[in-house]
Amino acid sequence: MPSLPLVAHRPDAVVAWRGATPVTAAQFAGEVAALAAALPPGRHVLNLCRDRYRFAVAFAASIVSARVSLLPPTHTPEMVRQMHARASDCFCIVDHDADVGAMPVFRYPELAAAPPAQVPEIDVTQVVAEVFTSGSTGTPLPHPKRWGPLVENVRAEAARLGVGPGHALVGTVPPQHMYGLESTVLMPLQSGAAFHAGHPFYPADVAAALAELPRPRALVTTPYHLRALLAADEVLPAADLLVSATAPLSATVAAEAEARFGAPLFEIYGCTETGQLASRRPALDAAWQTLGAVRLRRDGESAWAEGGHVERPTRLGDVVELADEDGRRFLLHGRHADLVNIAGKRTSLAYLNHQLHAIPGVRDGAFVLPPDDAEANPERVRRLSALVVAPDLTPAALMQALRARIDPLFLPRPLVFVDALPRNTTGKLAAAAAQALVAEAGA
Amino acid sequence: MSEVNQELQNEVAELIVSALNLDTRPDEIAADAPLYGEGLGLDSIDILEVALVVSKRYGFQLRADNADNVRIFSSLANLTRHIAANRSK
Repeated sequence: MPSLPLVAHRPDAVVAWRGATPVTAAQFAGEVAALAAALPPGRHVLNLCRDRYRFAVAFAASIVSARVSLLPPTHTPEMVRQMHARASDCFCIVDHDADVGAMPVFRYPELAAAPPAQVPEIDVTQVVAEVFTSGSTGTPLPHPKRWGPLVENVRAEAARLGVGPGHALVGTVPPQHMYGLESTVLMPLQSGAAFHAGHPFYPADVAAALAELPRPRALVTTPYHLRALLAADEVLPAADLLVSATAPLSATVAAEAEARFGAPLFEIYGCTETGQLASRRPALDAAWQTLGAVRLRRDGESAWAEGGHVERPTRLGDVVELADEDGRRFLLHGRHADLVNIAGKRTSLAYLNHQLHAIPGVRDGAFVLPPDDAEANPERVRRLSALVVAPDLTPAALMQALRARIDPLFLPRPLVFVDALPRNTTGKLAAAAAQALVAEAGA
Repeated sequence: MSEVNQELQNEVAELIVSALNLDTRPDEIAADAPLYGEGLGLDSIDILEVALVVSKRYGFQLRADNADNVRIFSSLANLTRHIAANRSK
């Protein structure tokens, strides 16, 4: 059976920085083995560790003990309940106090005394994770991730970015999401680079975490964090590489970021279903270049990704224009109508509407996308609005019920109570009338 | 817990409402209700936005260990106290 090692490093090479303290591959493998032996029964794991190092050890321990990590798009009480309903043997691994309802909790233990160990080999066909998209019916849709394709994906990314042994990375994105998992954990582990254990948030935190690392060092982040970093009156340490994903970045901000950090900025494009597909350097070129052997194909209005680590042809949620014959270069022109991307989190209007309608007391309701001004200012976060008919509910009660069901980023702002929705005779919502009602409420 | 400077607190409430374009009046933000999650319902993207305007207006950078924004942003009163204790302008 073909296999690939858990990490690409030599035993004495650094895989992680806990603050300014390095952890070697042998030490990491030792802690992984010790944690794997200590895990409770149950084949499914919800890994909620905030510390990126602990997340990585727990993710790896789940792999070596043939467990599957569940990676839902959000951790609302309703989503945790759905994960538990889907896999009744599931337990959480936590390094902080988290509300996970009825799911059993395993506290990340102290592992400092674990003896060093050899890096294990993992069967390339093993399913190591299930990543979920929100689906349109209220039930999250699973996408199994096998070890071989995951490794092929992040190795292609590392090759494109020029990341290898000696590099160190800081990430501002959580490891529980696809981009964070790939670019801040798996990519360093599979390229011989090291990652910073922290999860810096404010500009000053990001600057401090970067300054703790030896060079060459990289910052893996999002357009929102980049914009905040550039706007802050903070002295930014030099970096050798910037990586951005989850939402479009304007060429202006990209160029400013390159100038302030003195480093090239690469954007990554991908989605939960396929993982990372392509990259570009927006300061130089608007077109995307696919990673490894991945290529795109047009089929009417839709574009499909296939080849390389993409196990089966997958339809993309974005409007794509191919820029060459063999599907290796392309341009992106926004999302298909029903898909929503807020600050890099994705869902569909159908899913949000389903969650709204599932709340007792809601007679009718619809989420409304704001007018698209993303071209002018893509780093600004657009917010959704919602119209609702719920005469017996208070706004506070409805917001609370929504909060238990959907990610806070998608909570409507404003939430407008109306007597009836502007639906036409076939029941379809009149978009312009809906926009007008929202605008009126905001005036 | 030190006294809250009422004038500063009103100013901070106004700053939050204008930075986030909320459909709330500044005086409707309860001093002790959480800003994060339940309460005013801010999320991490909002917090980053508020952190930016706070650093511009008051001349100091917010810091958090392990993205623990929850403490400082646990209420308007706590954010105001934090600003009062750290401001340089």
